[in-house]
Amino acid sequence: MTKMYPRDNNHNPVIVTGFGGKDGHRRELTMPARYAINAILVALFVFGGNFLVGEGLISRYQTVVFEQIGVYVLMTVSLNIVTGYLGQLPLGHAGFMSIGGYACAIFIIRMMPLFGLDAQSMASGSTPAVILFVVGLLFGGICAALMGVVIGIPALRLRGDYLAIITLGFAEIIRVVLVNIDSALGFKLTGGASGLTGIPAYTGYLNTAIVASLAIFAIHTLMKSRHGRAILAIRDNEIAAEASGVNTTYYKTLAFVFSAFLAGIAGGLYAGCIGVMAPAKFGFMKSVEILVMVVLGGMGSMFGSVVSATVLTVLPEALRAFADYRMVAYAIVLILVMIFRPEGLFGSYDFSLSRIIKRVMNRDFPWNNDDSDEQTDVQVNAKAGVQANEQADTQVEATTDSKEA
Amino acid sequence: MAHKLTRRRFLEVAGTIAGSFALAGCSPKNQDPNSIYVGVMGPYTGDVAQYGLAVRSGILLYLKEFNKNSGAGGRQIVSIVEDEKGDSTEAILVYNKLLDENVCAILGDVTSTPTIALAQKSVLDNIPCVTASATAEDVVAHGNNMFRATVTDPFQGVVLAEFAKKQGYQRVGTIFNSGGDYEIGVNNAFVQRARELGIEVVSQQGYPTGAVDFNAQLTSIIGLDPDAILAPNYYQDNGKIVTQARQLGCKKPFMGADGWAGIIGGEQDYASAADLEGCFYCSAFVASNPDEKVQHFVKAYTEEYGEAPTNFCSLGYDAAMILCSALKTVEKRGYTYNSNEYRQAIIDAIASGVVEGVTGTLSYQGTGDPVKSTLIITFKDGKESIYDTINPS
Amino acid sequence: MFLTQVLNGLQLGSIYALVALGYTMVYGIILLLNFAHGDIIMFGSYVAWIALVQLGLNPAIAVLLAIFGCVVLGVLIDKVAYAPLREAPRLSILITAIGVSYLLENGVQLLLGADAKVVPSIIDLGTVQVFGSTLSGTALLTVAVTIVATVVLTLLVQKTRLGKAMRAVSEDMGAARLMGVNVNSTISFTFAVGSALAGIAAILYSMAYQQVSPTMGVMLGTKAFVAAVLGGIGSIPGAVIGGLIVGFSEVFVAAFGLSVWQDAVVFLLLILVLVVKPTGLLGRPVTEKV
Repeated sequence: MTKMYPRDNNHNPVIVTGFGGKDGHRRELTMPARYAINAILVALFVFGGNFLVGEGLISRYQTVVFEQIGVYVLMTVSLNIVTGYLGQLPLGHAGFMSIGGYACAIFIIRMMPLFGLDAQSMASGSTPAVILFVVGLLFGGICAALMGVVIGIPALRLRGDYLAIITLGFAEIIRVVLVNIDSALGFKLTGGASGLTGIPAYTGYLNTAIVASLAIFAIHTLMKSRHGRAILAIRDNEIAAEASGVNTTYYKTLAFVFSAFLAGIAGGLYAGCIGVMAPAKFGFMKSVEILVMVVLGGMGSMFGSVVSATVLTVLPEALRAFADYRMVAYAIVLILVMIFRPEGLFGSYDFSLSRIIKRVMNRDFPWNNDDSDEQTDVQVNAKAGVQANEQADTQVEATTDSKEA
Repeated sequence: MAHKLTRRRFLEVAGTIAGSFALAGCSPKNQDPNSIYVGVMGPYTGDVAQYGLAVRSGILLYLKEFNKNSGAGGRQIVSIVEDEKGDSTEAILVYNKLLDENVCAILGDVTSTPTIALAQKSVLDNIPCVTASATAEDVVAHGNNMFRATVTDPFQGVVLAEFAKKQGYQRVGTIFNSGGDYEIGVNNAFVQRARELGIEVVSQQGYPTGAVDFNAQLTSIIGLDPDAILAPNYYQDNGKIVTQARQLGCKKPFMGADGWAGIIGGEQDYASAADLEGCFYCSAFVASNPDEKVQHFVKAYTEEYGEAPTNFCSLGYDAAMILCSALKTVEKRGYTYNSNEYRQAIIDAIASGVVEGVTGTLSYQGTGDPVKSTLIITFKDGKESIYDTINPS
Repeated sequence: MFLTQVLNGLQLGSIYALVALGYTMVYGIILLLNFAHGDIIMFGSYVAWIALVQLGLNPAIAVLLAIFGCVVLGVLIDKVAYAPLREAPRLSILITAIGVSYLLENGVQLLLGADAKVVPSIIDLGTVQVFGSTLSGTALLTVAVTIVATVVLTLLVQKTRLGKAMRAVSEDMGAARLMGVNVNSTISFTFAVGSALAGIAAILYSMAYQQVSPTMGVMLGTKAFVAAVLGGIGSIPGAVIGGLIVGFSEVFVAAFGLSVWQDAVVFLLLILVLVVKPTGLLGRPVTEKV
């Protein structure tokens, strides 16, 4: 029976959709080829974009918007690990962002003299500046991850709305501590309510794009591994997962901490982009804003997270002309989208470039498929599955297509 | 339920938004040789919108008058106004947007934290900035290009402490928003100076931002029977604090900084005349000031907007005046518009200039902080009047 | 002075309790954290302000209008924004609730301005002297109204047919429908009752704190939400106990001169309770079906 299923080099089943080729067999891309194509495109995006920024073809304003998009993409994909893949609802993501941002910024400010750098040269891209940037960002991420352990262990014992409220509580405590820690310590650490100022401008288009790409790649590989499958199993049915031998406490904490780590990194980038950290900006509403991005994109869809983070970051900027009405418009869009697309814009669909290339290779274009334009992908897949079945091919795996990244 | 909104259609919409955004950024720069472009930024939506809108009204009024008087050397000032919602992130976005639009100077920002973010970025481009109302000490510490029209938090705290000494208060309690840099700044400076002057600070009660119930803090302070209570917060909080204190039976005077401006006399009164009787605050502006410049401004403002100006409006007006008088000086020198020398010349002109503003005569002595007089304002029968004028020493 | 602080705590706790009751009722029946609940209170306060200041109506009419306005708004929100999503994932309804909350805040700000509005006092009750402590009449009235409202609500839920229907729907919506309970009208009725409580809270809030602003519901809502979870969300006595705990802890933290840590203490308390008792003080333990 196993012979019937196409397998790739690692003996994993290859996902099959749509029509077969002329002889009933689909032409496949090998795994290394897929990675190479994606790597080239990411490199093109990162370095091509950087070239355009350098040449002034992308204006300064647009560059800052791109940096913000990078930060929010990072926040959204990281929250998506816990919300979309693990199936929990934390409302304290902004807390991790603030921890990471403060830790990274304080670390870099304090360490600059040791590296012989000042605020100007920190943005220069020289070797010590890059080293300090990487170490600082990791430091921020690790601080947030440690906080993730502290919060995750008690919080993950709870379920559903109780988990939401306890994480909200922790995030609010973080905010209050950031405001008042200076007076308790007796020396200047976070700058209190007026915020931490004088953060060097170490964030740019290039490093934001690289960090965001690396994070997306890391999440992708995690979710493709057996750890990722364990996390998905917990989402689908925790009791069944535990009965099947999945260590649920371990994997829940792992997903939570990894998510916190990436949020901390996003905070570090944010601090360098804005130059000022103020605790008031990391309240409950910021967490909700990120959650909205995840749900709007479709829970469990990385592509959805990226698109919705991008759109929701650009939207208020694009709506500048309607300044006074833009928040009202935002609220109405949110309600309407949820009423008409309760599962989010992309559901659990994920974009896969190799799938598109394969379709092209097999001349399996949407227009061969009569009215598929107006249907959701799950339906298309089901249909494709039926057709595949008619060709004595397999249909079982076709429906799992939507889970593929 | 039918899913009318497909992914494909959504992607089309998203693409349109992204495309229009990309095109908007690529629009040609403003290069009319008869115009000088000035950026105006502040919060016009969001939690602190009322301050941003007031400052903007003042700025635009002055720019209108200035342009009517033939502008700077015949060139008209063109203002490019952008909202930043009181958020540092948006402030940085707006700053870069304004630079893309070829502005040579910025009037902004309004609240302290976004202004610090602006100050840190603008120093790298040496763009002259004048903020009407950002009071945090740190605002002008990042470079020589940043100036402000208002006095700082610590300055007001010291003025109030010295005033308390003059009034003969022996014991003072304070109640302040511990989530706001302005309130903390005034409070700490006051407490430090008061202790130096031998005034006993019996209790310092902070409260978190957004609190509405001050009964617990006030009960504690009133129990210690101070001679006066310092409430260095914004007028909406102060209104509640004074009212609740009077309900608890406290009859002692309250003192505050310029955040009190607007507690009465605007669209509505935030505390009753009886409750406010005998309270004091320091400010650079009060609409009832008989000074000729002030009355001219109040008249022009009321004609333009149909309501009386507040402290924030007057500071916006003065900030615009500071920048415009510098532009007038620089235009005579014949530098290329928006070159490095041009920007530096504006900065030098502001630093060495003296401006007769509606909030007093302003000059800068080597820092971005103005040297000007301060008024102590008191409430009597529901009217504000000048109790004392404190001139710079 | 101690007595004054106790009354301060009771007053604040009572307002939180009334708001928490609204959260608890809606959660009990459709398992929705109604984020817009705090904004319904904001709306009620604005109705009172418009009635008293703009229209110059009699205070008694203004009070009734405010409560009525809240009821209409609550039911309308349910019909328009939540009812189409009954079968959808719960998170989607949560996001819709957040959207409604944004819409109310920004809509009111756009129409009536960002500045706080002053609500004139509805009735002046003066102060009372008891054992040398000054007690405010408004505070005493707030406590009394809350007690009455809680008792009426408990009777409504326990003794009437509608209350029985509510309990049935909350127990098992499908089974209740099969037993002939009109689920949709029961849910609407629950929203109406919760919103009426919000209307009462709006009046008491305006009397105590005089000012209404577009974002006043956010902090009030969050604290009351904490109170509801602390007491065990879904439980009526739990909401009242939770509200009083939050109110008292805020006041006593402030009385000890630590008010800058007020919010942290409230949330810490919440975390401790949830860690020890994961469904709140009086919440029913949930057993998961396999």
